[in-house]
Amino acid sequence: MLALGVGLYGAEASARPAEAIRPPGALPESDFLAACVRCGLCVRDCPFDTLKLSELGDNVATGTPFFEGRKVPCEMCDDIPCVKACPTGALDRELTDIGKARMGLAVLIDQETCLNFLGLRCDVCYRVCPVIDKAITLELVHNPRSDRHAMLLPTVHSDHCTGCGKCEHACVLPEAAIKVLPHKLAQGKSAEHYRKGWVEREAAGGSLIGEQQQLPMRGLEDRKYGDTRVAPGYVPPAAQPARPGGIDSGWKP
Amino acid sequence: MSAASQTGTNVPPVSGRSAVMMRPGAEAVIEKGWVRAHKWLLLRRLTQLGILALFMLGPWFGLWIVKGNLSSSLTLGVLPLTDPYLLLQSVAAGQVPYKEALLGGGIVAAFYLLFGGRLFCSWVCPVNMVTDAAAWLRRRLGLKGGKVPSEYTRYWLLGLTVLASALTGAMAWEWVNPVSMLHRGLIFGFGLSWGIVLGVFLYDLLIASRGWCGHVCPMGAFYGVLNKTALIRVTADRRSRCDDCMDCFAVCPEPQVIRPALKAVAQDHPLILDQDCTSCGRCIDVCSKDVFRLTTRFDRSES
Repeated sequence: MLALGVGLYGAEASARPAEAIRPPGALPESDFLAACVRCGLCVRDCPFDTLKLSELGDNVATGTPFFEGRKVPCEMCDDIPCVKACPTGALDRELTDIGKARMGLAVLIDQETCLNFLGLRCDVCYRVCPVIDKAITLELVHNPRSDRHAMLLPTVHSDHCTGCGKCEHACVLPEAAIKVLPHKLAQGKSAEHYRKGWVEREAAGGSLIGEQQQLPMRGLEDRKYGDTRVAPGYVPPAAQPARPGGIDSGWKP
Repeated sequence: MSAASQTGTNVPPVSGRSAVMMRPGAEAVIEKGWVRAHKWLLLRRLTQLGILALFMLGPWFGLWIVKGNLSSSLTLGVLPLTDPYLLLQSVAAGQVPYKEALLGGGIVAAFYLLFGGRLFCSWVCPVNMVTDAAAWLRRRLGLKGGKVPSEYTRYWLLGLTVLASALTGAMAWEWVNPVSMLHRGLIFGFGLSWGIVLGVFLYDLLIASRGWCGHVCPMGAFYGVLNKTALIRVTADRRSRCDDCMDCFAVCPEPQVIRPALKAVAQDHPLILDQDCTSCGRCIDVCSKDVFRLTTRFDRSES
């Protein structure tokens, strides 16, 4: 009974806070807790003292290694010494390219306080990203507030982000607007049966259901079917005079 | 007053069995001197603290002779050592560890299988100092009573922790294991896990005499299984000199192991072959008649 109680308590306690990130190459959490003997050899071989062993009270399975990006992020060593040090395989040696590590996923979680979303040029998360221009890009978007400036929105791409936490560490706000989260929290998942029509059409070299009847679209009769782009200064034939634009347009985000 | 009470209760000077007020081992101190009466205890403390010091040299002074902790370690960058009980839990939980861990576990298991599994308990395990302190204080304070679980509890727990690891897919005992928590705590930092160690101390002090190491700890049970073929054994080869002072029973962490050898119960040779004996040598220390000594399991001589 006692042992089973301990086991169940363990299953309860294995819920890990989102800010606690496992080292690179860590097995999925359930396997990790079966493989990690809590020896701390990864901690010892981490040259930047990023990793630490959890203590009772940290709310991470006691004795297992983790780090918090906001405190000390992973420096993504090329030779990945923590993985090499692990004697049990809790950190998987299949990981030889640190760029393929998936410790977590950065999410620009607060668009209300992010300086770039306010139209300023902070860019710090983008600049510090070790996989700059791949894991984080700046996406140029019209700034509707000023109506005459651009916003450069830091945008994370899951196929390149390693979850090292440097962006979260560097965010200049008192509380980071970009945070590294476990993939389970950070990502959605498409249903297995979903197909993207445009991808399928590309693959098949044409529409899978034949040519479709094209109905005219009011105001765009002079355009090629499907072209709804609006050129600067374009006024639809039947349109009313537009609202006043510019600073006094009254637009609010 | 003192003379009157002495004559009144007829207490002989120092030797003799009526000196019931004397603490266990006090007579050995008088007969053999303090150092000889604490020889094995001192050697054990030196070994326990020495091993701990090897682990602490790194974090304290930057001398990385041994990295890691008792759960798994790397000595001088080449020698891997891993606790086989942890590996057992890991395998039960469905993982196949890398060969470093398997090799390290094999080395440790082979060493203890050869020399005696429970040498771990009395010569290496840091919790031994905690429970020894509790036992000492319990004797000094004269605490009696409490509730001692069956000495087989640990073997049930050993089986159940492995089963629970298999059922939950995680190393079940490592959620609470005071042995790894204390050792890891000393090297890497405790957090609140000192509370679990304190719990063990209070349990042994107030609830169960020698309760943790002798009745509950599944890690000790695991090393007890490795202890069946122990080379190093205690013999009571001069048992004819025993004067039934009971000091060895008072200090022994597993008192049930002494009787067959000392009193020839169900065996005729004087070797203590019980797998629960940790070969701590405390009985050798406290015996003023030098009944016990350490020897090998093949030495069944009697003198």
